[in-house]
Amino acid sequence: MEKLNKIVSTAVPIPIEDIDTDQIIPARFLKAVSKDGFGKNLFRDWRYHQDERPVKDFILNNDTYQGQILVAGKNFGCGSSREHAAWALADYGFKVVISSFFADIFRGNALNNGILPLQVSQDVLDQIFSLIESDHQTLLEVNVAEQTLTAGNLKVSFEIDPYKKVCLINGYDDIDFLLSIKDDIETYEKSRVFTL
Amino acid sequence: MTLFEKIWNAHVVKSIDKNRDVVYIDKHLIHEVTSPQAFDGLRSRGIGIFRKDRILATADHNVPTINQHLPIQEPLSRLQVEKLHENCKQFDVELYGLGHQYQGIVHVIGPELGITLPGMTIVCGDSHTSTHGAFGNIAFGIGTSQVEQVMATQCLILEKSKTMRINVEGTLGKGVGAKDIILFIISRLSAAGGTGYFVEYAGSAIRSLSMEARMTICNMSIEMGARGGMIAPDETTFEYIKGRKFAPSGEKWEAAVDYWKTLYSDNDAVFDAEFTYDAQDITPMVTYGTNPGMGMGISEHIPSENTTESTLKSLNYMGLHVGETLAGKRIQNVFIGSCTNSRIEDLRQVADYVKGKQKAPHVKVYIVPGSKQVEIQAKKEGLDKIFEAAGFELREPGCSACLGMNEDKIPSGEYCVSTSNRNFEGRQGQGARTILTGPLMAAAAAIEGKIVDIREYLN
Ligand code: SF4
Repeated sequence: MEKLNKIVSTAVPIPIEDIDTDQIIPARFLKAVSKDGFGKNLFRDWRYHQDERPVKDFILNNDTYQGQILVAGKNFGCGSSREHAAWALADYGFKVVISSFFADIFRGNALNNGILPLQVSQDVLDQIFSLIESDHQTLLEVNVAEQTLTAGNLKVSFEIDPYKKVCLINGYDDIDFLLSIKDDIETYEKSRVFTL
Repeated sequence: MTLFEKIWNAHVVKSIDKNRDVVYIDKHLIHEVTSPQAFDGLRSRGIGIFRKDRILATADHNVPTINQHLPIQEPLSRLQVEKLHENCKQFDVELYGLGHQYQGIVHVIGPELGITLPGMTIVCGDSHTSTHGAFGNIAFGIGTSQVEQVMATQCLILEKSKTMRINVEGTLGKGVGAKDIILFIISRLSAAGGTGYFVEYAGSAIRSLSMEARMTICNMSIEMGARGGMIAPDETTFEYIKGRKFAPSGEKWEAAVDYWKTLYSDNDAVFDAEFTYDAQDITPMVTYGTNPGMGMGISEHIPSENTTESTLKSLNYMGLHVGETLAGKRIQNVFIGSCTNSRIEDLRQVADYVKGKQKAPHVKVYIVPGSKQVEIQAKKEGLDKIFEAAGFELREPGCSACLGMNEDKIPSGEYCVSTSNRNFEGRQGQGARTILTGPLMAAAAAIEGKIVDIREYLN
């Protein structure tokens, strides 16, 4: 996993609520057997017409808005557990997603792929949308160690699980940790009172 | 303690911090779509599967539902299914592949084979793993990184969820079933209302349900954002499990039941949130938007209050407008299937209703059994003949038109009355418009060619 500590970037706003993983990466692109190349199909059906022509007014087709930060409406990532959604966002180049609410499984998948799901209040989210709307060059600064988000005059702190924070900053994933405690797992198995 | 806490505590290998534990997983189910990258991960780390007796594979998402005896036509789908076979062979994982008598949708086969049991922790790289919670266990969907973690260590590092109890009390009205209960609950709590929670369903209306109906309820817990759903095991549960292929037997059975009887929320258990609904308030449900929270009773109108930009976008996609009612709406497709409603009771209910009737000529009907076992049973009972006579076709098991991944897709712009669980944009195919209902409402829509209030068609 790549390390993530500090990012200064412009942002791409998608002020739509309940963006589900079927929108982030439609099911027909889940036939792949590797993790690579999902970025080109990120938001595929919002980005392209059925005949492959780009949808002109969709934001990813608008060069004015670019950056490593995606700002989206509340309940981002709901629906299926497909980690392909996180792979698509990462492959496209997003390192942070800002929203006022994240679906559980997506939050975990994002963190396992070095993407920070950064949750802010609805009020702050609205302010960020209007900042970007008034100036698309607005720089957002995300500092994971300090847990702060800065945009223009706005500076807020955000929550992140302490364990996940260490993982993100150092680029560790859960599996390294779990493999290191195999003895504990075997001891647990032996001590289990009721097992089927 | 709550039921959730009892099961959770019994599975903690080690605590990492205040809200984070290493949790042991009893059963791991895998399928072709979310496993290949996990197997690759194991290969690149040079490790194998830690506990082979706790993992089971099947092919369901990406399979055709006709001519399963022939090679899969679509090259990418074929490759993915072949990859599963190769991986299972290399890592020595039990696989119920296409054509196998136990193949089927992963959440249908676990329970019907007696693999899903009370008190367990069960995971699968699929969000509807919540289905298994109907047996009183902790079951939830995971991402592919976690699939790899469980393969490698039989454990996950998890944050403990908050707990919610939803009580449904009283007797259900005519034509109202489990699907209506859960669509009703989600319409009240919204598509995000359960995020961060594990939900326990309780109350007299829930207790009165069969195991299959309970699975329908728990299945859709994820549609309100909840990690999972669960129902305390009782005699109905034990009765259902007894004698199934992999269920414990003899002395083991007695010991298991003794343990399972301890699995309930204590009287003084504290939940982080609790809701109670009256079964009498629930009517046959339909959805009108592009998330399962956008549902209403069949005689209601699409609400005009709180219309946001997102709601309007969604209604626009659906070709519907505020104030409209769905009764009488002409439809082109009916899909009866998916891990929500493809079990034998669902098919019996549909067959019972359509017997002696004919489908509307303009409607295409998919009836897709959840598993090979369901298909075999349906044929044994002659349900296939009833479907055929009505102009329906009983297909072979798989996820089918629940998600636009395999060959079964709904054409763009057309309506599909579907017993599945998601009405997201494009879920059933690009541009497809999904209206979620229970199996009876779907059967009636197939016959009438439009959405109707099932209550007017029942004696
Ligand atoms: S039937 Fe649908 S919801 Fe269920 S596992 Fe298959 S794709 Fe997922």
